[in-house]
Amino acid sequence: MNFLKRQTIHAQQHNEPSALSRRNFLQAVGLGGGLLIGSGFVAGSAQVFAADTTSADASGDVPFFNAFVKISPDNKVTIVVKHLDMGQGVSTGLTALVAEELDASWEQMDWEFAPADASRYNNLFWGPAQGTGGSSSIANSWMQLRQTGAAAREMLVAAAAAEWKVPASEIQVKNGVISHGKRTSTFGALAAKAAALPVPQKPVVKDPKDFQLIGKTIPRKDSFEKTNGTAIYTQDIQLPGMLTALVVYPPQLFGKVKKVDAAKAKAAPGVVAVVEFPRGVAVVAESFWAAQKARKLVQVEWDLSACETRSSDELFKACHDAANKTGAVIKTAGDATATLAKADGVISAQYELPYLAHAAIEPLNCVVKAEKNSCELWYACQMPTVDQQQVAAATGVKPEQVNIHTLYAGGSFGRRACPSDYVVDAANIAKQIPGRAVKMVWTREDEILNGRYRPMAVHHLRGAVSADGKALAWQHHAVAQAILRGTPFEAMIQGPVDSTVAEGIDDMHYAIPNLQVQATEIPIKVSTLWWRSVGHSGNAFVVETFIDQLAKAAKKDPVIFRRELLASEPRALGVLNLAAQKSDWNKKLPEGVSRGIAVHKSFGTWVAQVAEVRVNSDNSFKVERVVCAVDCGVAVNPDVIRAQMEGGIGMGLSAALGEAITLKNGVVEQTNYHSYPLLRIDAMPKVEVHIVPSAETPSGVGEPGLPPVAGAVANALFAATGTPRTRLPLGTKV
Amino acid sequence: MISLTINGKTHELDVDPDTPLLWALRDELNMTGTKLGCGMALCGACTVHMNGSPIRSCSLPISAAAGAKIETIEGINSPAFQAVQQAWRELDVVQCGYCQSGQIMSATALLQGNKKPTDAQIDAAMSGNLCRCATYQRIRGAIHQAADKLGGKA
Repeated sequence: MNFLKRQTIHAQQHNEPSALSRRNFLQAVGLGGGLLIGSGFVAGSAQVFAADTTSADASGDVPFFNAFVKISPDNKVTIVVKHLDMGQGVSTGLTALVAEELDASWEQMDWEFAPADASRYNNLFWGPAQGTGGSSSIANSWMQLRQTGAAAREMLVAAAAAEWKVPASEIQVKNGVISHGKRTSTFGALAAKAAALPVPQKPVVKDPKDFQLIGKTIPRKDSFEKTNGTAIYTQDIQLPGMLTALVVYPPQLFGKVKKVDAAKAKAAPGVVAVVEFPRGVAVVAESFWAAQKARKLVQVEWDLSACETRSSDELFKACHDAANKTGAVIKTAGDATATLAKADGVISAQYELPYLAHAAIEPLNCVVKAEKNSCELWYACQMPTVDQQQVAAATGVKPEQVNIHTLYAGGSFGRRACPSDYVVDAANIAKQIPGRAVKMVWTREDEILNGRYRPMAVHHLRGAVSADGKALAWQHHAVAQAILRGTPFEAMIQGPVDSTVAEGIDDMHYAIPNLQVQATEIPIKVSTLWWRSVGHSGNAFVVETFIDQLAKAAKKDPVIFRRELLASEPRALGVLNLAAQKSDWNKKLPEGVSRGIAVHKSFGTWVAQVAEVRVNSDNSFKVERVVCAVDCGVAVNPDVIRAQMEGGIGMGLSAALGEAITLKNGVVEQTNYHSYPLLRIDAMPKVEVHIVPSAETPSGVGEPGLPPVAGAVANALFAATGTPRTRLPLGTKV
Repeated sequence: MISLTINGKTHELDVDPDTPLLWALRDELNMTGTKLGCGMALCGACTVHMNGSPIRSCSLPISAAAGAKIETIEGINSPAFQAVQQAWRELDVVQCGYCQSGQIMSATALLQGNKKPTDAQIDAAMSGNLCRCATYQRIRGAIHQAADKLGGKA
């Protein structure tokens, strides 16, 4: 997701948080200035090391070297991971950054999720807020955690120097062993002494040429427990006396309870309570199955007067009507309107993109124990600071009294970073049964029907090429529902239109001499949210397929046409050329197979993908191979980068081929995986990932693998049939 | 009372006979390695073995499991399972990991019945298990690797 997109990009460029993002964020989440005093760790400054030195773990005597590192006498090094691991591998990646500078052995490294405490664990790109998103975890932690590791290493060395009465400069640290001549020590043996020393204010990080872990294949730290059933997700939390809550939600967003008859449900076996809360009615029972059965007995009359009434075709028509009017102009070069007015062979295209659901395999859930002066939560928390605020407001405690235990997420793809939603529901239910832990569990149907969808969108484009085959003009109007508007994040919108509507178009990297990009927000009473790569998820498809239409008009090979337009973008050229080379772009394909390419930048990372598609005699098609080139700066953990590209391609392909949330008279028509089909293994192509060597500061990989694939596949179909594809999903036939 | 044999141990459960096996495992026996995904046998996250075959425990009432031999991720220990688990770790298949108990149970069942599956046989056997992180390519690779390691000993 691209929460705070502009600020993130700013921060990535300057490696510092922006004042603007901080101010907007404070406004956005309704914080005053006083609550988060003491925050403001800045990468590259010494402040990070001032916090929490030598404090002890609540569970024992394990000394903290700083807010992120604990070394225990048994030689275990534990890293406090400030970001949510939802599969993207940050528990491994962040741990590796510290291990590298500490010169620890990978085997002695362990990690734990950070508590909710933005004064120590804020996302440096987000100002004084803790949270995960925008593919920013490694990027914002890069210097912070390396300096943290380097500081801890200096403290260990200083302790050894004092103990052995030798100069610190003569001491070596390698693979978890501190040594001077024949004398050696583990970290654990010196930990207590080292932690009592002053924290270095200017720790020196390694020269990248000395990296031992970074850039190598580092085994995931979570593989073991995720392959024997012991990894704990929210769904797995069991607490003494815990109850399970299932919710009867209105059939549509903004529906309200008019009348409830819960008599039968209350009398059902195992039911402890039936409680109303602002968004629905919860059945609270001794077990999931008891709650599930009783939920069917609750009768609710709903007030649906504030709900959407239109169907998908009417919504698309409304979007097209808006696209036919002039929108806010957000990017201009030359004069596209005048150029197109006199150009020959103007190409027009109208695109339609559907709503998409996140559909992570773990349905949303949250465990809450509410007391008079505290509220304790166990769940896969993606935005601790916002959730603390929202739960505090719901339950009447102070934000600092909201204690969050973060657990693994069984996928998120943006869905768990949502204010005013499932976490608040769980808190509103639990506060009515104080003193008892309540696990609110959504079923798949709850998850699909109460989705916060990737917005539907319509794009109208006109373009032209010159007689000598050069791109001449591009006029683009993107119409989509906003994501931030009407949410607690509205204050982050800068300019006339929510930046998510046209992101990935508003920074057009193709050197089109006459360019105009317009954007329009369309209000629809359906809830939207960031969905892996946000606006890029659909916008890359639009741009990349239209480029192929222009290339065809210019009678040029799609790679050559792109190369000319990206001449001043070396990193774009790098991935374009690498993908073309590794896919044997110029080699003839077998009969019935065609290929297409797409290139896109999101969250600071460039990705190019070539898709090979076989068209069968019955007009069905299959994506057989995807060759992917990625430039994400320094490749911290190449195997995790490959995994994220594979996953982004699989999820992008899933959406491109078959996913769509549709509405009939305002009601979502999909309920479970039979009507909202996800990609299955038999449709997964062979994926090859190639990483561009780079010394640039690392950028993210969680999202950038997704945007190009739909365009690459559609371009392969265009090459096969000559008919451009402008609607998603593509379906199963050419 | 319904008697269930799970991972070689007999449990007497006093719950509704229509309770799905998944919820008997999770809520009654605190065996949480088997996951809820869809509740309709569409995603495979709840896959366990019944008499050696993979079944979707979210849609099987315990009354239908009485007397059968049930194995879950917590207790299964066949050579095929060990090879699968090891290959999963060597290839770092997992991402979020939530679906992986079910994937591993399905892969184990496949290798118990087919010592050298082809890609097409893997796709057929594994197509009932969804992975939203799309770890499918590594799943295929890990099953091949496990098959190689077993060398016909599944």
